[in-house]
Amino acid sequence: MVTSIHQLDDGAWVSVNDSREVNVSDLWQLARSDICDCDPTDFLAEGFVEVSVACGRVEARIAGQCIGCGTDGVTDWLELGRADPDTGAFRSVVPSSVHVPDRRRRLAAKE
Amino acid sequence: MPTKVEGWKDEAYGNEVRERIYEFAEEGWESIPDDEHDAWFERFKWWGLYHQRKGQESYFMMRIGTPNGVLEPGQLEVVADVADEFARGPADNPEFGGAVCDWTTRQSIQLHWIKLEDIPEIWDRLESVGLSTQQACGDSWRNIVGCPVAGKDKNEFIDAWPVAEELNETFKGNDDYANLPRKWKVSVTGCSEGCGQGDINDLAFEPAVKIIDGEETKGFNIRVGGGLSRKEPRLARSIDVFVTPEEAPDIAASCSALFREHGDRDDRFNARIKFLVDEWGAEKFRRVLEEEFVDGELRTAGEDLRDEYTYNAGHNHDDGEGHADHVGVHEQPDGNYYVGLSVLVGRMSAEETRELAHLADEYGSGEVRLTQRQNIIVTDVDSDRIDGFLEEDLLEYHSPEPGVFMRGSIACTGTEYCSLSIVETKNRMVRYGRWMQDNIDVPEGMTNFHTHLSGCTASCAQPQIADISLRGMKTRKDGEPVEAFDIGLGGGLGENPQFADWVEMRVAADEVPGYIRNLVEFFAEAREDGESFRAFIARHDEEALNGLVEPEETSYTDPYMHNTKMTWYPYAEDDDMGSSPAPTNGQGEPLPSDD
Repeated sequence: MVTSIHQLDDGAWVSVNDSREVNVSDLWQLARSDICDCDPTDFLAEGFVEVSVACGRVEARIAGQCIGCGTDGVTDWLELGRADPDTGAFRSVVPSSVHVPDRRRRLAAKE
Repeated sequence: MPTKVEGWKDEAYGNEVRERIYEFAEEGWESIPDDEHDAWFERFKWWGLYHQRKGQESYFMMRIGTPNGVLEPGQLEVVADVADEFARGPADNPEFGGAVCDWTTRQSIQLHWIKLEDIPEIWDRLESVGLSTQQACGDSWRNIVGCPVAGKDKNEFIDAWPVAEELNETFKGNDDYANLPRKWKVSVTGCSEGCGQGDINDLAFEPAVKIIDGEETKGFNIRVGGGLSRKEPRLARSIDVFVTPEEAPDIAASCSALFREHGDRDDRFNARIKFLVDEWGAEKFRRVLEEEFVDGELRTAGEDLRDEYTYNAGHNHDDGEGHADHVGVHEQPDGNYYVGLSVLVGRMSAEETRELAHLADEYGSGEVRLTQRQNIIVTDVDSDRIDGFLEEDLLEYHSPEPGVFMRGSIACTGTEYCSLSIVETKNRMVRYGRWMQDNIDVPEGMTNFHTHLSGCTASCAQPQIADISLRGMKTRKDGEPVEAFDIGLGGGLGENPQFADWVEMRVAADEVPGYIRNLVEFFAEAREDGESFRAFIARHDEEALNGLVEPEETSYTDPYMHNTKMTWYPYAEDDDMGSSPAPTNGQGEPLPSDD
């Protein structure tokens, strides 16, 4: 099945297959991010700016700030989780694990 | 390329959505196709229904738009009854109980835990007394705000209530303006105190006078493009236009048509009119308005009254000037009185609301009005009955003579129900208010001290226009993530409106009251003779304010330091997201999971 993703309510959350899956307010641990020099960047998600999906892999660029140094910005693409291509069930990554924002560009529709 | 939301709106939006809501309500929550949830919930907003946050699926916030905050006789009791019967969720709030009414910063009413199946019955009851949820949310004309005592204010320049009423009648349900690129917030001010808060609205009617055909004519100057959201606060900008009260609907139609045609439908983050005004400038806005949307020529602006504004202007109340809010006992031009009650964080239980409705009937005309400071006003109280009213038990807590810190406290909905918020808000602000009242000495002459607590950058509690601005944040304490706030200082309205400077960042929530106490004590020691708090802050630059005093732990305790957003309901005994009973059926019973 096609994975349907939406970023809604001023970017407050990401819907995957019409189910609210990822919210603002989580702290994401980012390694090698462009946000700041902290290692890792202790990143508070304040809004989802763009979302994309490819082969069930759901990604987003997130606006927020490092709560260690206060630098704000928008991340490169971060994997939020994966949607099962058969059932549509979404399995989220754990934000507090370390993630590496990906600069690769993909065919993403701006929402 | 238009956004997905625009696509959903193209398929169905506005008045036509009502019939589908009836059908869904009849057939139950599960009748909404799984793959159409997002689209329908976006459309439901137009009818004042906002799907509550993750963990509370199938429950809605219902917003009732009361133009200018006016509730006519009989309406408040119906609101209380509806809240009592329908606004009860699976768990109670420890501060407020199980069924509450929220008075909002846009003079509206919000009820929570509304089930889809109950909506037709609720609409029947509300509409039977002339209340409506239409366009209370969504991309259209929102509830029109203004001076809440319009028509009953001794300092009134022009009665703005008939204007607000006519705008409401003209634009509510009007298909030509039903689908705008984004929300459209309108303010009408008629008093010389500036109570309409026009500066933070998309379209503002501000009192003014102009010589027309040799005659002094009262009316309004027009400003556009104000707003506070997304760390992009803007004050509304003058477009150098004056209109008479009779011309107000036409210019409002023209401005909202311009927004409809030229607003950004490709990027919702850039859609508000404030960004178009940024891009064009006021001069181009006026030119396009005149050339494309107005018959004939626009008049230039008249002489405004902004130098007389006192509302949220940072003056001490005993300066002998006009009022800074609407709390207290005030004489009306007809010799009756209006009594403004301080409602801490704008929340009253259904029981209190019903009691207030009865008191308004007994002592006044039955009318009450909501303010943009989340308070409530009982109007038309006879002069010979005012003492009896003031002795009523309800007014001991919702007082017309509250302490300074209780009087000035505002909070948004927060993580209790809202998807956007980062932190818990209302219960915390109640605890802050009580602690400040008990532990901070009020400096001499300080009668106004505004603390606005907002859970996120959407700024529903209008944090940028407060003495103490609190914006939800996170930090780490002893290595653990905790709820926190960015603290801003020096905001307010008046002749020279000013947004707060953000001076202390990521302060743990339990250290905020200590910061405020330290700041107020410093102010008391360092102020110049008779200086107001806002004036004191204004004479320090941002660098000086940064680190002026320190946050610190005190006797204040905060039960909401953990990540309340990760709970299904922050106050439930078992608040784990996995323990949520939602979604539920029409009886509130959990529905079986698809898993």
